[in-house]
Amino acid sequence: MSESSNHRDKCEVSLTVNGEPKTVRVYPMERLLDVLRHELGLTGSKEGCGEGECGSCSVLMNGQLVNSCLIPALQVAGANLTTIEGVAEGPQLSALQAAFLEAGGAQCGICTPGMILSASHLLHKKPNPTLDDIREGLSGNLCRCTGYMQIFDAVMRAARRGNSA
Amino acid sequence: MRSDPADYQLLAPGKLQAVVSLLADEPGQWLPIAGGTDVMVQFAAGKLPARKLLSIWNLPELRGIEILPQAITIGAGCTYTELREHPVIAREFPLLASAARWTGGIANQNRGTLGGNIVNASPAADSLPALLAYEAELILVSVRGERGVPYLSFHTDYKKMQLAPDELIRAICLRRDFSGFLQYARKVGARNAQAISKVCIAALGRLRGGAMGGVNGGAIEEVRIALGSVATVPVRLTEVERLVKGRSVGPELVQLAGEATAAAIQPIDDIRSNARYRAAVARNLVAEFLLQLRGWEGTP
Repeated sequence: MSESSNHRDKCEVSLTVNGEPKTVRVYPMERLLDVLRHELGLTGSKEGCGEGECGSCSVLMNGQLVNSCLIPALQVAGANLTTIEGVAEGPQLSALQAAFLEAGGAQCGICTPGMILSASHLLHKKPNPTLDDIREGLSGNLCRCTGYMQIFDAVMRAARRGNSA
Repeated sequence: MRSDPADYQLLAPGKLQAVVSLLADEPGQWLPIAGGTDVMVQFAAGKLPARKLLSIWNLPELRGIEILPQAITIGAGCTYTELREHPVIAREFPLLASAARWTGGIANQNRGTLGGNIVNASPAADSLPALLAYEAELILVSVRGERGVPYLSFHTDYKKMQLAPDELIRAICLRRDFSGFLQYARKVGARNAQAISKVCIAALGRLRGGAMGGVNGGAIEEVRIALGSVATVPVRLTEVERLVKGRSVGPELVQLAGEATAAAIQPIDDIRSNARYRAAVARNLVAEFLLQLRGWEGTP
């Protein structure tokens, strides 16, 4: 598209992903979502809309829920990220993941990583959420399969077990 | 077509002084980016004209909410999450807290900033009617120093504003003047999390001597009404305010206020709604506010 004279230099960005220090060489405006999927091979975060509306690319950045499609790589320098790949403890599912399985909260699976991370963020802030809290906490995550009820049920189950991970 | 990140430059100088120096060196060449909830959407869609970006996310000088006895100062880089969770904003500035709660989902509230909402200058931005109702003052900063601009006169036309190419919004100041006022905010849209408003309102008012007060009791003593998504910029309904001030709310006044509202706005047809519906909703929102004000006893 553009001539190489317009091209900008790549930069080194160091960050922590799921507890592991990583350094990537990327363009500063590369989207975090692309860095995760293409540079780090973490394809659990999905691209749905690419404009911050569907939540399927949600990750935790320094404990805050964010849409990774809206974050330029340079802004994650030094950040601590959790993606869906970092939620389970080895083969042991987190309480939320187990509850999603039990309640039928995952169908096609595209929204599930984002749903789990949004729910995790919610339960961290509100360990005993009401149904309205859950609806609001997940309001930025779209699901076209479940009709949401099984997802809300899954989050409620995990909350009752008192484990937000 | 998606943008190629190789075509874009992004710097993160980390200090306000360095940011405004770059803005001054090449005025109009650098686009500040904070949480990216607007800029990155344009970028992904291949519609970002700026090729040189300057990260102001987490810039310490733009952070924090300072509480003074007479006023509060909100750093332009404060996120919606910080606004909605701040106890003084929740208690004294519920119009702003509500707008923060209604803007985007949680992930966007964690990244979107008040300063960004102002400079993005969407006529549908939920926080802007609140800033009109509170008569916010914006503090702009550049290498030339700081200046204050009343938000009332900041947006001059669609996406046009009183911001020089070398300036940034540093902070937003609100006077702590609103105890005893009824504060009314409502967003009408397809849903709250993602949907942008079809119409939104922020209004505040109080009655003389409360609803039951003396000879002129029940008359509107002070009132401010602001609407979003009904014109090229968020609008303060000064004509409607003038019309209702000093009078008691009744069916006749509600009717007159509705007509004055319709005359004061220029809603359009677009993907989210149409002009006729927006005009009807705007009238209804003003009516609902006035009717709530009628029953207002004056304790917030």
